[in-house]
Amino acid sequence: MAVLTTLQKLEILADAAKYDASCASSGTARRNSLGGKGLGSTEGMGICHAYAPDGRCISLLKILLTNHCVFDCHYCVNRKSSNVARARFSPQEVVDLTLAFYRRNYIEGLFLSSGIVKSSNHTMEQLVEVARILREEHDFRGYIHLKAIPEADAEIVHQAGLYADRVSINVELPTDSGLTRLAPDKDARQIEGAMGRVKNDITELKDAHKRFKHAPRFAPAGQSTQMIVGADAATDVDIVGKASRLYDSFGLRRVYYSAFSPIPDASAVLPLKRPPLIREHRLYQSDWLMRFYGYKPAEVMQATEADGNLPLDIDPKLAWALKFREAFPVDVNRASKEQLLRVPGLGVTAVGRILASRRHRALRLDDVALLTQSVTKVRPFICTVDWRPITLTDRADLRSLLAPKTEQLELFAA
Amino acid sequence: MSTLPQTRLASHYVVNLPEPDDFDFWREAARALVQCGVAPEHIAWVEPGGSGDLFAAAAAPGEQPLPLPTADARPVRASKRFVSLARNAILHSDPERFGLLYRLLWRLQATPRIMEDKADPDVRRAEELDKAVRRDSHKMHAFVRFRLVEAGDEESETREHYVAWFEPEHHILRANAGFFMRRFANMRWSILTPRGSLHWDGATMSEGPPAQRSDAPGGDPMEELWRGYYASIFNPARLKVGAMLKEMPRKYWKDMPEAALIPGLVAGAQKRESAMVEKGALEFEERPDTLAAIDKAIRACRKCPIGQLDNHAVMGEGPQDAALMIVGEQPGDQEDQAGRPFVGPAGQLLDAHLEKAGIDRRAAYVTNAVKHFKYVQRGKRRLHQNPGAKEIDTCRWWIESERAIVGPKLVLAMGASAARSLLGKTVSISRVRGAPIALEDGSELWVTAHPSYLLRLEGAAREEQTRLFDADLAAVRERLAELAG
Repeated sequence: MAVLTTLQKLEILADAAKYDASCASSGTARRNSLGGKGLGSTEGMGICHAYAPDGRCISLLKILLTNHCVFDCHYCVNRKSSNVARARFSPQEVVDLTLAFYRRNYIEGLFLSSGIVKSSNHTMEQLVEVARILREEHDFRGYIHLKAIPEADAEIVHQAGLYADRVSINVELPTDSGLTRLAPDKDARQIEGAMGRVKNDITELKDAHKRFKHAPRFAPAGQSTQMIVGADAATDVDIVGKASRLYDSFGLRRVYYSAFSPIPDASAVLPLKRPPLIREHRLYQSDWLMRFYGYKPAEVMQATEADGNLPLDIDPKLAWALKFREAFPVDVNRASKEQLLRVPGLGVTAVGRILASRRHRALRLDDVALLTQSVTKVRPFICTVDWRPITLTDRADLRSLLAPKTEQLELFAA
Repeated sequence: MSTLPQTRLASHYVVNLPEPDDFDFWREAARALVQCGVAPEHIAWVEPGGSGDLFAAAAAPGEQPLPLPTADARPVRASKRFVSLARNAILHSDPERFGLLYRLLWRLQATPRIMEDKADPDVRRAEELDKAVRRDSHKMHAFVRFRLVEAGDEESETREHYVAWFEPEHHILRANAGFFMRRFANMRWSILTPRGSLHWDGATMSEGPPAQRSDAPGGDPMEELWRGYYASIFNPARLKVGAMLKEMPRKYWKDMPEAALIPGLVAGAQKRESAMVEKGALEFEERPDTLAAIDKAIRACRKCPIGQLDNHAVMGEGPQDAALMIVGEQPGDQEDQAGRPFVGPAGQLLDAHLEKAGIDRRAAYVTNAVKHFKYVQRGKRRLHQNPGAKEIDTCRWWIESERAIVGPKLVLAMGASAARSLLGKTVSISRVRGAPIALEDGSELWVTAHPSYLLRLEGAAREEQTRLFDADLAAVRERLAELAG
């Protein structure tokens, strides 16, 4: 086999990593390189250094150490039986690339994952070695996200958390039967066991850090996970339920959804139909409702349709409001924050503005128009001093009035 | 504006700011003017290079010295929120900003909580300025691209020198020096902009005059790697150009090495998308819902290389409500010609052992993991080849469709290929045989050897394997009776 150049290897190993949704670099401990020997800083907010034409943020150098893999997960382009080009970086090569990119301000740091070679432990050790060289030999203070391999020994995963800002373990699929079917080498209990251990390490060392200034930090940006949507028969109800259980049990920062996208050299066990990208978007919206809008998982599930899936043509908040019309209209001059957050079209920022402004004036519809993105969307659900939607919430065609034009949504999603 | 009355001009003040981003100077001047009771409409704020507003230009010749507050003047009140917002909003390039912020400060004296009234036009405008400046700063953090212009030299102890060219929209350069210093503390770097430049040598920061793009030379070889990364991390299956443009508007593209690739990536992805839609019939099909439909579909199936060979698809056969499904590996030479499963030597051996075990083959649905015969041509003979894992997985679509229609209570997989097609992974026959494996649809799977394996063995080994094979079949017979009962 011809020796691959660094560029060729980079292309293969970045290509292999692009199905991982997360590129977040926010919410870690603040630090900078003043007084150190190396480079790097993290200041709370993550930075997207570029955007790809798929609309996704490029914040980190997101690559695999190798895309050789002994596992045979059907949804994965790197599975053993796939015919993709294979490559492998040494830990030092990844370190050099990370530093060279970072110095030119291309990236916030590194997101490293890997196919399983030799054994899970060997692979995990290699990932940890990259982080160790970056932190210890180069005093690198940028962001590091390591993918943990649930089959690896707890001690090695623990090491990863000591160097990395974030550790993530993918649950892969929303149901156990989906996992058995599509990822025959993986085991749901093993995955959740590893997530539980990471959670304990985070809690323990966070507590230690509060009491002892020099206690080591363990994954200060927390842990996250990812599941693939549309590769098995799980409905949105299943997915929302699974996500909320994961949030509760493992204190996750984020659950990422990745709409199963046709991969080259696909396995025939997979559905040949691609789920519309908008489904992934609706799931993220429901995630937001639970995290920032005070909706309980059961309430998000109420917004689903008879088939257990969220409607694709309207967002879940609007879907919920249309199902529970008796909760509206809401008086913007009197309603509680919780009630205002339920109004379709009012975001967290707009609600904050309304709450602050109404102490100074009785809000009229024109005032609301200044405080929100689109008053047309909000109007059917609110009352102001000079506005009351008398018949609108009862109109049967309200949904079609409020639903955005489908052509716009589905432009590239077909 | 010579028509303005002289007396009115005399009560106007002009404040000349030394720098367009000098918040501290503005704050001192504004504080004094509020204390002296100078109303907002009587002040013109002029930044260097700016003409200020109309009456300021008219007033310039006979400038009024700024009033000095008396020692007992009332202190000026300003909320924390106002100060932090003003400090940032003053970096905006709108020449009206100083006047707007002064007007807000003026109104704050009478209405201390005015900043909370988000519907107030002045508050809204100030927040807009603040937001625009924050966005500009954020984009600067994100899109500055350093280029290595001078390699380091250990002997003369010179550090590598990195230079970036950036065009901010507002006066944000100085305010963001700290960010780059904290991040690249041990690097020697310069950021050049049309409004000024910053230089950090690893210990001290210095400011320089406005620069031009040509002052920042190109040709950093690392940019090729970065472009390679950018193109590879992009997923062409999902194109969202609008979302990209919203966060990375075109005006930034000219100074980002990767942006030159965008038009090509978008065009390529659209081509790929339309090719997939054209191929649609093959790529996006529904699961067939009758055995006849499967039979028809597998004849046309060319999804793996086996389907491309000169052979015929062989459909399973047996009752559509069979309780037992027997799965072999793939049709052989004779099956290929007859168009029926298990009619060759292995089939005859299977029939004999089924009979011995008391299993009626006619009551079972018999099929193969792979629907086409895989072979290599050797002269006139077609030599059997084992299907690969990939080929089995591709064909799994059909066996699953058959299972969905027949709905067997028990599936007997003969050989590793059949087992893989049911389980999705390769298992060792000796380890899994003799006990049921639960399948996700509630049926159970039994695994045994393929009869052709027995044909290849001789002597004691054949005897031993035949015994095991018979034992497996007997166990299946027994289990079937239990399931039926």
